Amino acid sequence: MRRAILSSALAVLALAAIPSSGKGQAESTRGKEVYDRWCSACHGVEGDGLGSAAGYMLPRPRDFTRGIYQIRTTAGGELPTDADILHIIDRGMPGTSMPGWESQLPRRDREALVEYLKGFYPAFASLPPPEPLSFGRAPRVTDERLAEGRDFYQRVECWQCHGDAGRGDGVSSPTLEDDWGYPIRAPDLTKNWLFNGGGRVEDIYHRLRTGLDGTPMPSFSDLIDAGFMTDDQLWSLAHYVRSLAPERAPRVREVIRVERLAPEELPTSLDDERWGEVESFHIPLVAQIIVAPRWFDPAVSAVRVQGVHDGERVTFRIVWSDRSRSPDPRWLPWQTRVLEVMEPREGAVPEPGPRPDGLTVQLPLTIPTGMDRPYFLMGDSRTPVALLRWWSDQPDRITRARARGVRDIQELPGGEVTTEARWNEGQWELLIHRPLRTGDPENDLQMEEGVSIPIAFFAWDGDHGEEGTRGSISSWFFFHLEPEVPPTVFVAPLFAILLTGGFGVLVVARAQRRERTAHDPQEG
Amino acid sequence: MHIFAKRPASLALTLLLAVGVAACGGDSDAPGAAEAVTEMPFDLATAGAVSGMVMFEGTPPAPEPVDMQSERACWESYDEPPTREWVKVRAGHLAEVLIYVKEGLEEMRFPVPQEAVVIDQVGCRYVPPVVGVMANQTITLRNSDGLLHNINATPTVNRGFNIGQPVNMDTNRSFPMAEVAIPLRCDVHGWMAAWVGVFTHPYHAVTGDSGTFSLADLPPGEYTIAAWHPRLGEQEQRITVTTGETTSVSFTFEAES
Repeated sequence: MRRAILSSALAVLALAAIPSSGKGQAESTRGKEVYDRWCSACHGVEGDGLGSAAGYMLPRPRDFTRGIYQIRTTAGGELPTDADILHIIDRGMPGTSMPGWESQLPRRDREALVEYLKGFYPAFASLPPPEPLSFGRAPRVTDERLAEGRDFYQRVECWQCHGDAGRGDGVSSPTLEDDWGYPIRAPDLTKNWLFNGGGRVEDIYHRLRTGLDGTPMPSFSDLIDAGFMTDDQLWSLAHYVRSLAPERAPRVREVIRVERLAPEELPTSLDDERWGEVESFHIPLVAQIIVAPRWFDPAVSAVRVQGVHDGERVTFRIVWSDRSRSPDPRWLPWQTRVLEVMEPREGAVPEPGPRPDGLTVQLPLTIPTGMDRPYFLMGDSRTPVALLRWWSDQPDRITRARARGVRDIQELPGGEVTTEARWNEGQWELLIHRPLRTGDPENDLQMEEGVSIPIAFFAWDGDHGEEGTRGSISSWFFFHLEPEVPPTVFVAPLFAILLTGGFGVLVVARAQRRERTAHDPQEG
Repeated sequence: MHIFAKRPASLALTLLLAVGVAACGGDSDAPGAAEAVTEMPFDLATAGAVSGMVMFEGTPPAPEPVDMQSERACWESYDEPPTREWVKVRAGHLAEVLIYVKEGLEEMRFPVPQEAVVIDQVGCRYVPPVVGVMANQTITLRNSDGLLHNINATPTVNRGFNIGQPVNMDTNRSFPMAEVAIPLRCDVHGWMAAWVGVFTHPYHAVTGDSGTFSLADLPPGEYTIAAWHPRLGEQEQRITVTTGETTSVSFTFEAES
């Protein structure tokens, strides 16, 4: 009886404390203002994730009404802590449309948002505050640990979704859906800077422990309880996953350095070991959202470019992650779902079907002087551009085209350009060989050494429904063919040193003489 | 660990606070929660029973082929290419129907069975695919395949979970709130689906190939009995249970025209 009275009293207190206390009210009014202004366009005024912009996004914005949160420090299925929610508001979710707000909104507003978001799922008020799991500290990474992690990557069967090399190309990958029924990608583990919850080894370990609720990614905490693996071994797995990505997120540089090699040193195939010594340049790609039909869910987020030349020929090696070798019939249901759910429905929404992957390299027709470059989106009627186009359904062929905008592409026969392509474990590798100077100066760029030449890239993932203007684009970058170093380069500096030195001695001697004269009393 | 074991007093708070608040969790054996009931809340000598049958009229949809080739071990465990029979009819009788008392027991609290309900994963299927449990009754999720399954429970009233099982193992979970029915899926094998009905009482059953069911030891009174099928939806009937008698009730589902 006493317990019942106590419970009732507690309940009344709780009722009084949660929705209607003065402070709570003020915070939630503030929270509502901030939410309606900054969050509702994506997450919806009602918090159901159905804002006006939601249809343009995959993954979709979070629906707060079900209380399901991906990035938590709490056990699988539990609510997040306030700090968990604030963390995501502050940092955003890399790899999604969710930006971080830490530098955009004052802390008071972000905290008010946390309270307001919780209001969309009433059980936040009735359940006791969730408790974070206790995570230990990351052990040091060693070769043995990475080998152990690799072993568990196999035994836990992470590859079922994430693929053997971790690029999200696992056998189950094309069937994945989130709890709302939307297609969801298995992340490319080689790009840890795009991980939703952060790319540090600690973040990865936390995700293994907590799972990502609302997604296919389960929690593996039970494996420790069941004695299948130890907590330390789970850390090894986290370290291994971390090791699939480079140590640092790649830096974006404007100019691709195309190293000059002796003719016999030029790599001739994808397998050539010399590629291992050639510097690689990260070129980010973004959604084509300028020309209709636009595309808001590009599959290819970047290409990596290496280039070498020998003064006569240039060879580019272009590498990018792609979950399938399109067209792959196993990915047809995926493509169907993606085309179904993505806005805008501009033009004729393409029917799902077998589409190839594609890559296009764009060059100007002449090396521009000054800052004047053709329009980056395949030129315009005034200034056409030259395209080198490759498709995965004819992987050994690369064709030339002249474009005056995305809708005016004229295929050109012949050309002196050759290619080699390979898809392996979620990655395309493409070689493009071309003479610097060709026999068709009207249609081909005549390349020169020692100057920066504009270059841009376009990519399509056919199994993601991409073709035409639905794809990824880059802005103009440059490549620079390193000129041959003439012998004068080594002589000139020596000469300059001698000259400067001699001149210096002369100046000093003269100054000293003048000083002596100045101090001579006879002259004063 | 038991994911709901970390919520002391939540059920009591939930009940008191959040009448009308649908989505929340709880734990009955936590201090301050409703006392765990150990005895039946009525005199069993007064009990009656319900028994009946679920029929199916028309032609059921043909079984769908299941492409398990992505998981060779499962694929090779079948002599015939595996199919999913979403509407399982034998001699006009409908199997895999969840029968339960939907209304009439709101005032009573029943002891939670000590024994767990097992859902096994065999040949990349859930066995059985439809189960009924009591709130807070242990559900043992068993992996007999020895390859990676995840069990992704997506309730709307209870809290969900998503656990990875890469080897032969058992994992125990329970749901604190009544809900019909919670879908389970495996994201690794997109064809795997199961449903768990959660009740505040023990009067539920799942039909087998014979389509029959029985609910024993019901207190006398008026009830709504429901028959729920994952694809065919739910039907209800009002019945009266009298002491010492067995009330008959039958349901008939029809093929979609």
